[in-house]
Amino acid sequence: MSLATSATRIATRDELSDACERIWDVAWEMGLRPFPMHYEIVPSSILYEFGAYGLPGRFSHWTHGKAYHQMKTMYDYGLSKIYELVINTNPCYAFLLDTNGFVQNKMIIAHVLAHSDYFANNAYYARTSRRMLESVSVNANRLRQYEFEHGKEAVESVLDAVLAIQEHVEAGATTYKRRPLYNDDGRPEPVRRADQKKDGPYDDVWKRDETDSLIPVAGRPTGDPARDLLLFISEHAPALEEWQRDIVQIIRMEMLYFLPQMQTKICNEGWASYWHVRIMRELDLTDDEVIAFADLHAGVLQPSPKRINPYFLGYKIIEDIERRFSDDGKDPAAARAKLFEVREIENDASLLRNYLTRELCDDLDLYIYGQQDDDIVVTDKDWEKVRDMLVTELTTHGKPLIVVDDGDYRGNRELYLRHAWEGRDLDLGYAEHVLEHVGKLWGRTVHLETNNGGNQAILSWDAQDGHQRKP
Amino acid sequence: MNGKSHSALNPPKRQPGHSVLSPPSSVLPPAPSLSQSDWSLHRKGPIDQARHNEKIKDAVRKNLADIVSEQSILTTDGRKIIKVPIRSLDEYRFRFGDEGQQGVGQGQGGTQVGDVLQKGGTAQGPGKGQGAGEEPGIDYYEAEFTLDELTALIFEDLGLPNLEEKKLQSVTSPTIRFNDIRRKGALANLDKRQTLKQNLRRNAMLGNAYVGDFKPEDLRFKTWEETFDRRAAAVVLAMMDVSGSMGSFEKYIARSFYYWMLAFLRTKYDNVEIVFIAHHTEAKEVTEEEFFTRGESGGTKVSSAYQLALDLAETRYRPEDWNLYPFHFSDGDNWPSDNALCKDLVTQMLEQSALFGYGEIRQGRYAYHSTLMSTFEQISHPKLMPLVIGAKADVYPALRKFFGPQTPTTPELPAAALAS
Repeated sequence: MSLATSATRIATRDELSDACERIWDVAWEMGLRPFPMHYEIVPSSILYEFGAYGLPGRFSHWTHGKAYHQMKTMYDYGLSKIYELVINTNPCYAFLLDTNGFVQNKMIIAHVLAHSDYFANNAYYARTSRRMLESVSVNANRLRQYEFEHGKEAVESVLDAVLAIQEHVEAGATTYKRRPLYNDDGRPEPVRRADQKKDGPYDDVWKRDETDSLIPVAGRPTGDPARDLLLFISEHAPALEEWQRDIVQIIRMEMLYFLPQMQTKICNEGWASYWHVRIMRELDLTDDEVIAFADLHAGVLQPSPKRINPYFLGYKIIEDIERRFSDDGKDPAAARAKLFEVREIENDASLLRNYLTRELCDDLDLYIYGQQDDDIVVTDKDWEKVRDMLVTELTTHGKPLIVVDDGDYRGNRELYLRHAWEGRDLDLGYAEHVLEHVGKLWGRTVHLETNNGGNQAILSWDAQDGHQRKP
Repeated sequence: MNGKSHSALNPPKRQPGHSVLSPPSSVLPPAPSLSQSDWSLHRKGPIDQARHNEKIKDAVRKNLADIVSEQSILTTDGRKIIKVPIRSLDEYRFRFGDEGQQGVGQGQGGTQVGDVLQKGGTAQGPGKGQGAGEEPGIDYYEAEFTLDELTALIFEDLGLPNLEEKKLQSVTSPTIRFNDIRRKGALANLDKRQTLKQNLRRNAMLGNAYVGDFKPEDLRFKTWEETFDRRAAAVVLAMMDVSGSMGSFEKYIARSFYYWMLAFLRTKYDNVEIVFIAHHTEAKEVTEEEFFTRGESGGTKVSSAYQLALDLAETRYRPEDWNLYPFHFSDGDNWPSDNALCKDLVTQMLEQSALFGYGEIRQGRYAYHSTLMSTFEQISHPKLMPLVIGAKADVYPALRKFFGPQTPTTPELPAAALAS
């Protein structure tokens, strides 16, 4: 790019530090209430490592190494690039790439600040641990200890099995107490003792009865269907040893932390993109910086023919809400109030259900595509069908819903899983592999009931007989 | 947007870096902080990446039989990166059978129902009908290897069998072995165990046995010696049937075998000679290129090749000086009256060779025995190794049988069915 050096040059630390403060002040004045921010300048290999592991210091596993290698390779060959990395903790950590140009880093500083605001104020994040960095490193140490005691291979094979079903956890009830971070003067609210106590590592021991109501029913060995496979297995698997059970719980705990981020990708990225634009407009940018920023912004918000770009969709919906609720620009205060309400109570599924309109759908040129013969073809443009399909996908993050039907099937402590079929068949080849992993955790015969090509199909696995498929 | 002027944003002075837990005296919340640490020793990602690579290598080892007979490898120029499909490293999840085949997308405006987004779809994805949802778009994880890396994996524990000391030339491959300890050396070669022992010993001599207070005289360093593996000279007599009865499958197998055999010899030995002999009713010594590319027609007289090999053993590669490794690949369709002569020549050859390998390539190998194979069976000599290759996947077991560790437990040829 031949744009002038001031747009693409790399800033000094003092300049960046000034930019951070300035951006914080602008954001604060506009009404954002993020966690206190800490920015760290890192080289690309570190940024990609954090990206691959999900969080710095998370446990070792070859899948993380694989992800790291892929991300790093993509970056090295210039194929893709992580723009931002921000962690839902208090204080909030965000990482800036040391090779980014000044304008790019300014945009990222503003963008992640809005993420921090979202983490701090959205209902779905209310019960996530804000000290997750410490937790994951404690978990990593525990796993290392298990490796020491039981061998690397043994720990790895349990991890392989648990990770195969890690997406099947349930966050449970979403009730929460609204607790502003800052009081009206802008002072941080003093943290009350009771709240402080809640974060203690052993509180679950003392408060079992209270916290249990927030954990979804794990199901009895016979009876109630349970959606949280990890919880069910960690509580009821007949043959797991304590340390293996602990590994299941570790993964579950980490997944529950990541779950809100999976549920609010569109909201969160839309929110952050909306605000980075507003904040950047308030900064004194030179002409070529403005152009460089516009270029970056357009790059982030590019639509994609075969998937939804959460940045773009979220950004457009939020701008649309602002337009619709401002009474055609006459009442910006009302619009702003509406936006902050949306930030607090919506997740992706509800955002689309409530705010994706026919006009917006047409304007964004959204469509449903599908396979026709050998080609992939646009099959529908009806806005309600598009909306419903998006909402359905987002409700389960595009994953099939698998529930435990019976933990004592045939009176033999066999595990009977059921795929809650809603029109799309499972990939049975994959399902067999996963079932084998489940079977290794369960230690007895496991079954999976699903619907395939209009007929009931039951897959089974156990250590002696291997795979069976009925019919 | 709300008309606030910048001056309103001027922050009051505040102390940087105080946290939520200790309320500040000023109005605005804590300033953001910025730092830059030294990350150069942070190695977590690369370490787990190494574990992933290890798993890939394990998977490749388990699939060598399939990889060895992969056509795309035989036609590489040697520098190319080879993609090896590995299925066992997929991260399995419960997922939908039509994943990626339908969904919501976004156009640039004006998209119509019926617009084609992608021609041809996903190549391996099963279409509609019965199989739908069964095995959608089988995901291969493709590992990338250079030919050298792959060769190293394949030949890990292979070697020339029955290699004997001969008086003439020698095959040398220098190796470095750390087998000595010295008082001086590069710090990278510090022998920590010996150093600790020395330190303990010296302290003990002074009356107090403890570890600590290291002095330069405690340090011990590992040092190496270059050893030369002296081995007798070896020559491989590669014989191949190029007669009309050798079909494309037979030729493919023979070439595939010799390709890997050459790669193996060149990786493992600095100085092994190879002679290429092509035969139909007559045998001829040919160049490597001719050997792999030429196809001829006509009948088959195997004895011609054996005779030529014997001649070479008498003139150029005398058994006193050379370890002889004759190998012969054929479909076994020999001129019937020639078999008696073959038996004779092979018996002579066996007296002079370290190993005589015969590979009979026969699709449907259990159907019947060729007359040539029956002839070999009558000879029954410990250095004679006849075997049958019936499918592509048998090439690797054959390599192992000829060059693998010579134990009774050499891997059996898979009893599985025929090749494509």
